[in-house]
Amino acid sequence: MAAVDDLQFEEFGDGATLLAANPDATTINIEDPSVSFGHQPRPPGSVGREEDEELLGNNDSDETELLAGQKRSSPFWTFEYYQTFFDVDTYQVFDRIKGSLLPVPGKNFVRLYIRSNPDLYGPFWICATLVFAIAISGNLSNFLIHLGEKTYHYVPEFQKVSIAATVIYAYAWLVPLALWGFLLWRNSKVMSMVSYSFLEIVCVYGYSLFIYIPTAVLWIIPQRVVRWVLVMIALGVSGSVLVMTFWPAVREDNRRVALATIVTIVLLHVLLSVGCLAYFFDAPEMDHLPAAITTPNQTVTAAKSS
Amino acid sequence: MAEAEDSPGEQEAAASKPLFAGLSDVSISQDIPIEGEITIPSRARAQEHDSSTLNESIRRTIMRDLKAVGRKFMHVLYPRKSNALLRDWDLWGPLILCVTLALMLQKSSIDGKNDGGGPEFAEVFVIIWFGAVTITLNSKLLGGNISFFQSLCVLGYCILPLNIAMLICRLLLLAGQGPINFMIRLFVVLLMFAWSVVASTAFLADSQPPNRKALAVYPVFLFYFVISWMILTFTP
Repeated sequence: MAAVDDLQFEEFGDGATLLAANPDATTINIEDPSVSFGHQPRPPGSVGREEDEELLGNNDSDETELLAGQKRSSPFWTFEYYQTFFDVDTYQVFDRIKGSLLPVPGKNFVRLYIRSNPDLYGPFWICATLVFAIAISGNLSNFLIHLGEKTYHYVPEFQKVSIAATVIYAYAWLVPLALWGFLLWRNSKVMSMVSYSFLEIVCVYGYSLFIYIPTAVLWIIPQRVVRWVLVMIALGVSGSVLVMTFWPAVREDNRRVALATIVTIVLLHVLLSVGCLAYFFDAPEMDHLPAAITTPNQTVTAAKSS
Repeated sequence: MAEAEDSPGEQEAAASKPLFAGLSDVSISQDIPIEGEITIPSRARAQEHDSSTLNESIRRTIMRDLKAVGRKFMHVLYPRKSNALLRDWDLWGPLILCVTLALMLQKSSIDGKNDGGGPEFAEVFVIIWFGAVTITLNSKLLGGNISFFQSLCVLGYCILPLNIAMLICRLLLLAGQGPINFMIRLFVVLLMFAWSVVASTAFLADSQPPNRKALAVYPVFLFYFVISWMILTFTP
């Protein structure tokens, strides 16, 4: 009998009566969801960020700071910490590459594609591919230009790979470091500026170098005009990605400082592409004659190409 | 078949006896003996195995390792879905292949004086091993569940087709250089490059999460492409 009675549900009554019986008990307040739907406090960052991202895509309002630092919860000496930098799927990498190839004016590459998930996969492997693309294309182009010359002995200039690797990796990592430090310093003077984390800047630079891979392959064509047209196109595309990313970060600063920063970014980019073209690819001779024709022409050609 | 009203159960059972009375029918009597024996069969065999390898002749020890390496070569040449490369990994095969390739690729003493030229022995060695380590790290960082040395083993063994290509190219170059010679060499290197990539992908692709397979396979493609380029541009 007592057992069956024990199974009846006991009504606890009103909260107020219980509290009156035991005033010191701890209480929690669970709101009725139908009442408080419109008044729920937003969790910091997550919902607000999505709304702001839509705004940023359309009219460039830059009030929110990026919360890139919040994901890394493991300490830096564990393997899981570094795994968070490779948390991308295949389609995401392709989307980011497409975004770097087709810069749309007004849309910020970082906001649109990276969205607080910067990865190191893209920058690292794009730089590696670019190193080998430049070295191999340069070698191939020199071979084709000097084809037929009796005095030319083909050497696979393997040492150029190490030079290319040093230059490109230094550009892709040291320039973002300098830029990040500079932006941090200016940010301390001018409040309410968009700030990027170091990894996001590395990401932008890495993906913006992607256009140079097909450019390097097409530089094999030994025509001066073609090569310079390719340089212009590549500079236009990647330069505009960089400029559109960093203009919102510096435009609230002093006008001259902002312009100087943008000009420096573009100049370094120009230096990289023109330098690579000049060093790895021999100049195509306009009046290059095949060596089989006559001996005086052969010596003239040999003298010109040395 | 005693009713097992054990003492710990009795205090709770007393209050709720009418409801849980049926429980006693399913209790286990303490009188039923448990029979049989529990052995771990593999342990005994492993112990025999270990003690006997100390006493065997050196020839048998070396032959066992060589046979394992040879078996893995066969798995690379005829890539099937098998776990042999992954389960019993070893790094002897990759070492032999890497040293052979680097010896064949290093520049001759004639154009060692120019400032261009082919790769040194150390450069080839470093490219192969650091390339393999980088690809393995990349695969693990992307979330693959292959172990470090298994991946090194697979990547090293799959250089075998490119070693064969190098041998063929060297033999062809003895016949003199020329455009036809170049076309044949190009064809052979391309074929062996494709074979290497297919062989290593067959072993490695399954260990990656499905939406990142292309991300893990691309560095393998780049790695074998660079080695193929070095083989193709080799001039004695």
